[in-house]
Amino acid sequence: MISNNIIQSGIFLFVLVLAAKPLGIYMARIYEGKPAGINTWFGWLERWIYRFANINPEISMSWKTYAVAMMFFNMFGILVVYVLQRLQSILPLNPMSISSVAPDLAFNTAVSFATNTNWQSYGGETTLSYFSQMVGLTVQNFVSAATGMAVLVALIRGFVQKQVETIGNFWVDLVRSTLYILIPLALILSLVLVSQGVVQTFKPYTKVTVLQPVKDSNGNMIEEQVLALGPAASQVAIKQLGTNGGGFFNVNSAHPFENPTALSNFLEVLAILLISAALCYTFGVIVRDKRQGWALLAAMLIIFIPCLLFCIHMEQNGNPLLNNLGINQKTSALQSGGNMEGKESRFGIASSAIWATATTAASNGSVNSMHDSYMPLGGMIPMWLMQLGEVIFGGVGSGLYGMIAFVIIAVFIAGLMIGRTPEYLVKKIESYEMKMASLMILIPPIIVLVGTATAVILTQGRQAILNPGPHGFSEVLYAFSSAGNNNGSAFAGLSTNNIFYNIALGIAMFFARYWLAIPTLAIAGSLSKKKLVPATQGTLPTHTLLFIIFLVMIVLIVGALTFLPALALGPIVEHLMLVGT
Amino acid sequence: MDTLHKSKSLFEPSIVGPAIIDSIKKLDPRHHIKNPVMFVVLVGSIFTTGLYIQALLGHGEAPASFILSITLWLWFTLIFANFSEAMAEGRGKAQAASLRKARKDILAKKLSKPEHGSAYEKIPASKLRKQDIVIVEAGDIIPMDGEIIEGIASVDESAITGESAPVIRESGGDRSAVTGGTRVLSDWIIVRVSANPGETFLDHMIAMVEGAKRQKTPNEIALSILLAVFTLIFLLATVTLLPFSIYSITSAGHGAQVTVTVLVALLVCLIPTTIGGLLPAIGIAGMDRMIQANVIATSGRAVEAAGDVDVLLLDKTGTVTLGNRQAVSFIPTKNISVKALADAAQLASLSDETPEGRSVVILAKEKYGIRERQIHELNARFIPFSAQTRMSGVDLGDGRQIRKGSSDAIEEYVKKLDGSFPEDLKTEIASIARNGGTPLVVTEQKNVLGVIQLKDVVKGGIKERFAELRSMGIKTIMITGDNPLTAAAIAVEAGMDDFLAQATPETKLKLIRDMQTGGRLVAMTGDGTNDAPALAQADVAVAMNTGTQAAKEAGNMIDLDSNPTKLIEVVKIGKQLLITRGSLTTFSISNDISKYFAIIPAAFAGTYPALKVLNIMHLATPESAVLSAVIFNALIIVFLIPLALRGVKYKPMPANRLLRDNLLVYGVGGIIAPFIGIKLIDMILVALNLVR
Repeated sequence: MISNNIIQSGIFLFVLVLAAKPLGIYMARIYEGKPAGINTWFGWLERWIYRFANINPEISMSWKTYAVAMMFFNMFGILVVYVLQRLQSILPLNPMSISSVAPDLAFNTAVSFATNTNWQSYGGETTLSYFSQMVGLTVQNFVSAATGMAVLVALIRGFVQKQVETIGNFWVDLVRSTLYILIPLALILSLVLVSQGVVQTFKPYTKVTVLQPVKDSNGNMIEEQVLALGPAASQVAIKQLGTNGGGFFNVNSAHPFENPTALSNFLEVLAILLISAALCYTFGVIVRDKRQGWALLAAMLIIFIPCLLFCIHMEQNGNPLLNNLGINQKTSALQSGGNMEGKESRFGIASSAIWATATTAASNGSVNSMHDSYMPLGGMIPMWLMQLGEVIFGGVGSGLYGMIAFVIIAVFIAGLMIGRTPEYLVKKIESYEMKMASLMILIPPIIVLVGTATAVILTQGRQAILNPGPHGFSEVLYAFSSAGNNNGSAFAGLSTNNIFYNIALGIAMFFARYWLAIPTLAIAGSLSKKKLVPATQGTLPTHTLLFIIFLVMIVLIVGALTFLPALALGPIVEHLMLVGT
Repeated sequence: MDTLHKSKSLFEPSIVGPAIIDSIKKLDPRHHIKNPVMFVVLVGSIFTTGLYIQALLGHGEAPASFILSITLWLWFTLIFANFSEAMAEGRGKAQAASLRKARKDILAKKLSKPEHGSAYEKIPASKLRKQDIVIVEAGDIIPMDGEIIEGIASVDESAITGESAPVIRESGGDRSAVTGGTRVLSDWIIVRVSANPGETFLDHMIAMVEGAKRQKTPNEIALSILLAVFTLIFLLATVTLLPFSIYSITSAGHGAQVTVTVLVALLVCLIPTTIGGLLPAIGIAGMDRMIQANVIATSGRAVEAAGDVDVLLLDKTGTVTLGNRQAVSFIPTKNISVKALADAAQLASLSDETPEGRSVVILAKEKYGIRERQIHELNARFIPFSAQTRMSGVDLGDGRQIRKGSSDAIEEYVKKLDGSFPEDLKTEIASIARNGGTPLVVTEQKNVLGVIQLKDVVKGGIKERFAELRSMGIKTIMITGDNPLTAAAIAVEAGMDDFLAQATPETKLKLIRDMQTGGRLVAMTGDGTNDAPALAQADVAVAMNTGTQAAKEAGNMIDLDSNPTKLIEVVKIGKQLLITRGSLTTFSISNDISKYFAIIPAAFAGTYPALKVLNIMHLATPESAVLSAVIFNALIIVFLIPLALRGVKYKPMPANRLLRDNLLVYGVGGIIAPFIGIKLIDMILVALNLVR
């Protein structure tokens, strides 16, 4: 069965890299305004949107104007989602008559979806109406992803433009990302998912008679079960593609109505990384040097693949405590073996671990297994991938601009080591860019560490922890790593639907998103103003294996050195204690 | 380079002594506030000192002896960092002191009228102001920087340049600037003072070498930001460990909380103290290396920019080629033997004392065995070059008249004598010109004998240097007044990338501007007033010390040796400065991995004994582990002081290879070295029974 793990991982990565190129080329054409099929057929719709919203698409904005537009749009989104939840009980499409959402939870959820985090302190089927899910959350799933892509495109323009004051038009980038990239892809994916059995309906939940009646703890016989339904397929498609990750149902893609078959599972997990991987290629195309795009993708894969294999390995090895009890965890014809707690038997170790690694490498956060039930080191991988700053694929757009911040740091240090003021893609990197890039690598660790520290000091924070010892600590650390990097996946085992966590995590998500996006735009503005510096023999090539490895080392060292002490007190010591006993 | 600028051995006692005292003085917090990394160390040291006092009073969180040893080594870390800076400054100060000797308070002879022979009054040099006129006579020291308005004199400038051979300074032209503190050896000059006291070249130089006016360069600022960010991240990573540890104990129900002393130790080990401590020293030492090379940079910014230069503009004469053309071959016309031509050419050049003329005689002797003859033995009369005839030559006693000159001058001469200029020679002449040579036609009366090919001689080894520069990504452009054909040929021969022929101040300025618009950083050398606009425009402008005041003011570096090839040296020093910073940064950060393995298991051994597995170095006790890491962290600064002062070795090579080599040494080395170092220190501590 080891070969099964390798084959599944191999096929997944192969298809991912294969699909990245055509999609990358397509997106580059969209952003450069070149004809690419859909944008010629639906150009009238785009123009109509601009006329309707009174936008002049010809106007290019300064980085500050761009940032203001982006912030205004996102604040407006947060407000809308908040109000929708608060008024849920009197709004339509609420067949189960779910009551309005409490203010702290509504705040948390609104920030969560607008920031592309999709941290969920609630269970979808018990908290939100169809109307809130569709008009509030699904809309944000599209536009929060499009916001990230817009910011990235503005940054890429910074490398291409020379000596101009502007970085493009936020509204145009937003509309094109949504209209020509996210909607078509989501439409295709949701149709395929429906074909696999993902539900898409406005009907109320149905009651069914269970095949095998069971007794509950009070001794009552349970013979009926309520099956939650809803317009799930449309939301599931975009939550995967847009690295949102907020499940329609509470258990996310472990739910058979969100993710019924092996094929739906493969497509959904592929969709997690698809756009982020393809954007690397888009980057290469737009900067007229495809090798640069491949280099960044390679750097991501160099970190991703060992993490994936390690995670699979830890899970497949099973739980040493069970070994001590003489329980057979070996792979055989009758069982998959390994640690199956918290995993769907439909998916098994490989599909679960691929999903767990992909969903945390990208800032997706959807799950098809419960990360809390992973072995300590198996569960450390998803946590650590988030702590790396969500730059290994990362969120759509945001992952790549985060990675470029690391590239800026890397070219700076490498530039010093070869005795030159650093350059990246024929632009000089100077102290302003360094300041902004430093801010971008500084903000997430601050949020994660300070958030975790606050939570473990305060009684409200500690009361929510369901497990004692290092595992409980991991749960808190995971929650803040997730929110502080806009991932949104949950370790579970932590009751976060209370005022402390709703507010603290809400603030964490807010700063993690915008305090990275705004410096990115500042870099875009500063780069746009610069002259192009022609490359010479003395210019450090940034597409070579050497530079890729150097970049990987910088990402790992910043990530590892920052969080190693915290990880030592969480998963590492838990593992050592487990092995030791 | 002699007495003044000879390179001093790194740890000269006369510098080390005062540096030690200085490094204690520099513990002043006001000094450290500018350097966030070391400021954190300072605060940490004060903090643990407080903890030690608390422990002495009986409420210690750990044994007083342990806190004391950590505290002492934290203070040492600071002192070592200060010491590196004081060392770098000390070397500059020693040079400044010897420069100051040149600035004795001297009496100036201030003239009432700018004429030789008018009355003067003797006033102290410090009373002189701009535009004052002084006379300086043989034996006098020039009181202040100025411009010669009348006279010519030989001047001993060794106080500034270290060069003992006197130089000629005269009014008008490119050699009219004089520097205060230098001595007139012969004759007299009348000088118009061009600087107020305190603003002279000597003052600038003293300030420069003392590092008093050192401002942070752009790259240094960017690096400081990065280091501050790392410091902040590690500050958070360690500060949050306290609540994490408290929580861990509450949830585990047992165990001892991590001590603040250990957290401070961990913090100081993690933040990049190696580069943070050595950063000022590296910058000062970079300036110092420039001074060793006899180049005075007006700012650190210029030194750094030198490392970034991607175009070098070099004057042909004196830089690319030796100053003079030399005869390389004789090409006779039809029916004339080479020997006859060589013979005639030699005769025509016997009394020609120009280098070209001498080279003809030498060529004739070496290649055709025509021995040198004495002109008076031949009863001959030398006809010197004149502007009218544009020829020189000889009238022999037997009536032969031999002339040599440029082809059109000879053609004119021959035609006057009713001769004709051979057609076959014209093609030869054209081809010589095309190949970068200068044709010199030889004729005997109306019979044209042939042509001497004169060529610019490219300096030996210069082609290799340009190839080196090219591998560093630096383009070389030759500037010359020659015609494009000649220029192209020489540029090819010297292996230069491009040339600017028939250069004028305007075309030079335009070339630089065009290059800069294209995003390139341009360096050039110059000495004349007509170079000043281009010098001012160039990013790195090295003015020759022999040059005019205008050129010196326009440049941002002054080469005391007035050696145009020095630019290449300057680029190297600039690069070396950046590389040293980058390499030590990488080293510093790579070090952290081992320190985690030393401190984390030690810090939490009380809470989670299972973490002992991470003690892969098998350090004896938690105390010795923490102490060893702190000691290593302090000592590595001392070990790296020589590297910081001398700079990382730099050989020109393509960027990718350079990065690979430096990463292997400072990155991989930086990961491995502390594992060995910390283990060794731990073993020594145990052997000496210094830890529990």
